[in-house]
Formats: sequence, structure tokens, C-alpha cells
Amino acid sequence: MEKELLGLIEHNAKMTVEEIAEELVADPNEVVSLIAELETKKVICGYDTIINWDKVTEEKCNALIEVKVTPQRGTGFDRIAERISKFDEVDSVYLMSGTYDFMVIINGRSMKEVSSFVFEKISAIDFIQSTATHFVLKKYKDHGVSMADKPIAKRTNIVL
Amino acid sequence: MRDFTSDRIKEIKPSGIRKFFDIANKIKDCISLGVGEPDFDTPWHITEEGIYSLEQGKTFYTSNQGLPELREEISKWNKRKYNLDYSPENIIVTCGGSEAIDIALRACINPGDEVIILEPNYVCYEPDIILAGGVAIKIKLKNENEFRLTPEELEEVITDKTKILLINYPNNPTGAIMTKEDLEKIAEVIKKHDLLVISDEIYSELTYSGNHYSIGALPDMRDRTITINGFSKAFSMTGWRLGYVMGPKAIMDQMKKIHQFVIMCSPTISQYAGIEALKNGDGDIEKMKKEYDKRRKYLLKEFDRLGLPCFEPRGAFYIFPDIRKYRMTSEEFATDLLEKEHVVVVPGTAFGDSGEGFVRISYAYSLDALKEAVRRIEKYIGSLNFKAGNYCTFDE
Repeated sequence: MEKELLGLIEHNAKMTVEEIAEELVADPNEVVSLIAELETKKVICGYDTIINWDKVTEEKCNALIEVKVTPQRGTGFDRIAERISKFDEVDSVYLMSGTYDFMVIINGRSMKEVSSFVFEKISAIDFIQSTATHFVLKKYKDHGVSMADKPIAKRTNIVL
Repeated sequence: MRDFTSDRIKEIKPSGIRKFFDIANKIKDCISLGVGEPDFDTPWHITEEGIYSLEQGKTFYTSNQGLPELREEISKWNKRKYNLDYSPENIIVTCGGSEAIDIALRACINPGDEVIILEPNYVCYEPDIILAGGVAIKIKLKNENEFRLTPEELEEVITDKTKILLINYPNNPTGAIMTKEDLEKIAEVIKKHDLLVISDEIYSELTYSGNHYSIGALPDMRDRTITINGFSKAFSMTGWRLGYVMGPKAIMDQMKKIHQFVIMCSPTISQYAGIEALKNGDGDIEKMKKEYDKRRKYLLKEFDRLGLPCFEPRGAFYIFPDIRKYRMTSEEFATDLLEKEHVVVVPGTAFGDSGEGFVRISYAYSLDALKEAVRRIEKYIGSLNFKAGNYCTFDE
């Protein structure tokens, strides 16, 4: 049931307990306790909302930063990753295969803010060799959801 | 001036409920549960394959029978899914199931041959039989049998002119299916009277309890069965116009001539997309089927709560509730529901006289739309008072 439940809420955090219970043919109380358990175990780490900020006047700026580091004896990449992760501006930190080590995703208000954050904070951390900043110009699809306004398909009322 | 039109075509009756359709198609803010086609997009990897074929300049005729690679895949797919044994030579790729039904009938019917069809049914069977010069003999299926055909009902209408039994399971409009055991009993009658079966299995992948069983897979039935299937319902590809017909070689040879002279070949782009669908589309079917099943269960539960009687349909995407207790004809019920609550359901009579007393509800709609529709239907039937003396024509 655990996997089915996670599959259901992965793309719809708004599902009510009753809806989940119905879908899984389970008791609502059982669903509540399973969700609580998964939250405690940090299997479920949080609930996000996917927002198309382009449609809101407030300025937003996302950037992907490629970071090259020198791994540290004993802790490898983990300690550096944790330090980068601590900043509120940092949305995601991934260890990557390929030509650089970390992919860091930054949420800021403006290009200026993001740039200075990279210069002043990220680059200044020990053992960081170099960074390359890529600004997001437009989001077409995010977290599996298309950001485009889909025209409402016109279906006729009756087809036999 | 002379009347230039064909007597045979004039024999085909126009739909009696045209008026209802006209009203329904004019109302804009209505919730329609009247559509008999999937509401999902064609899976992108299939569409993409069609686009790719265009980019590669594959914009010419294919062989009349259909691309060999596609027929190979159709053959394998039907073997794997339904244990049907048709080699690529015994398959013609058609413009949807509709063409397949037409050419199958035309390839077999001599003037006056009787073809047994089951009512209520999809609208094209009788006209296609008339076009082919045959005579349609109807069996009125019963709600208490869950709209399955029984061997007794079949025996009753067989004459020395009977040649073909045309069946459609999972069924449009009732959502009924026939199990292997049900079909075995029918097959005995078919063999006893030396008949041919045309089995329209376009909804085969949308079977919600167990797997679909194909009558052509029964012992000794392969050579007296023409099986029709296609991509419209399984892969949500109605507009691609892609179907196929499979049958014994002697009949296929005749059918091929009609297909060749009337259609030439199915759209090339659709055929390439079809190969991709059969090769890599199992997951898409499962996903859509799961969603339909969720809606089916929801409607059954809600109709039960509202006291709207209906048997449990186990196939296609239709529910066929019995509205006889409201003492209205199907058309009156549907028209009234449309006018008062702006919900479109199709009167059972659109599928033949024996659909009287029933309406077809399609669940090829989002769950949210279905919820709103149920709310409106609840309001409507709550307002109905069982007026005695209302016109009604059905047998109870």
C-alpha cells in the first residue's frame, strides 16, 4: 500500500484522506497513520506547490549553478554539500556525474541578487574550485507539469 | 425530373432522434456524457512516430493491405493478447473499425442473406447490412441477462437464410461483455448451423474484470470468425482512422478487392504511428484503463445511491441505466434532463428500439465533470414525481 499511496500523492498533494482511502480501497484511519509514519521516516519530506511565477508580477529568478569542488578527506562531498544546502536561497543540491560535481539550483528575486549570492557565498566556501551560472529564462515544464496554457479541447456533445 | 437516388439507400432510416441531437449540440454550458470516444490525448510517443514518418517523407500509398511491419505487429499483438491466430496475410489494415465492418459484410453477403445483429447496438450495423444487400435480423437483448446473448435467443431467430452473426463485445452502448463460457455456448450454435461470426472487438482492451476473450480463439472457430479491432479505443486514436480486420484467407481475398478499389490504403502516417502503439503502448493502455475503471466504479456507486438501477458494465466506457421507473421514454428523459439541468445523456433508442427505457452514459470524461454531472442528475431525478399516465412504450 505504501508504494501505491506515494504514487497517488506524488503528483497531487491535495488529495484528501478520503479520496486516497477510496482509491486504495483502505480505511481512512489506516491512511492517516501510514502518512504520519512516512512523514516521520522522512519518506515524505514535504509538500510543494507548483507555481507559474511568470504569471505573477513579483520578480523571480532561478539559476542553475555548476560547482566544481575538491572532495575532502573523510567526508568526501557530503560536508561541502551540506554547507551549500544551508543557504535559504538554495533550492536543490545534486551530486552529478560528468564534468562538474554539484548542480545547485538557486531561487532569487533578481539576476543581481543571484549573481552576488554566487560570488559572495558559494564561491567563498572552502574547497570550491569554480562555478558556472546558468540563468533560467523561461520554464516550459516543471515537476512534470506543463506551464503552457492548454487550449480547452472542443468536443462535440454527442458522438455515438 | 426523375428521382436519381438509390432505392437501397432510401431504405436506410435516418436517426429518429435527430431533434434531440440538434438541441444538445446547441446548448453551450452543458455537461455532456454523450461522447463515445476516449478523452485522453493520443500518447505522445505514438503521435511523435507519426510526425517522424512525415519528416522522413513517408507520405505515399502503402501496400493495399497495409504495411507489412504493421501487419506483423498486429498478428503478434493479437496472438499475445487474445491467443488469436491470424498471420499477416490474413490481416487488412482499414480506415478504422467502421470500414472493416463494411468490407467484411460486403465480402460475405449475397442478396437476401440474413445477418443477425443484437440490439441495442452501435448505429452502423444495420445500414451496412442494407448497403451490402443483406437483411438485418435483430435480437432484443435483455437487461436481466446483462445484455449478453444467450444460445436460446440465437436459436430462435436462425432460419435457412441465416448466414452471419454480428456481435460487439465489450459493447457500445451497454458496456456488457461476454465471458469465455458465454461465448462457448454461442459457438456451439454457430457450428451447428454452419454460420459465420463477425466480431467487432474495438473495445477489447477496455475490459475491467479479467481479460477480454475473443470468440475466434475458441476451438474450430478461427475459420468461421472475422475479428475486427483497431486503435481508436485502446490507444485513444479515433482521429487517426486506423483499424484492422482479420479472417480466413478465402474471405480476406474477397475483402481485399473492396478495400483496394474503395480505400486504396489506410493513411500512411497513421500506420507508422500504429506500429509504435503496438510495440510500446501496453503501459498507455493500462494507465487509461485504470482511470476509466475509477470513473466506472464512481458512477456505479453514485447511481446505486441515487436509486438509478443499472447492471454492472464490465467493458467499454459506458453505463446503461434503466430509467423505466420514471415512466418516460428515453428521449423524453434525455430531453428533459438536458433542458432542466444541462446534462447530455444519449437516449437508448439511438441504438435501436430495444434501447427504450435506458440511457447511455459515457464516462470518457474527467472525474470532476462526472461529479458535477452526478450532482445535476441527482437534482433532476429528485424533482421527478412519478406521474402516472406519462406516455411510455416499453415492456416491463
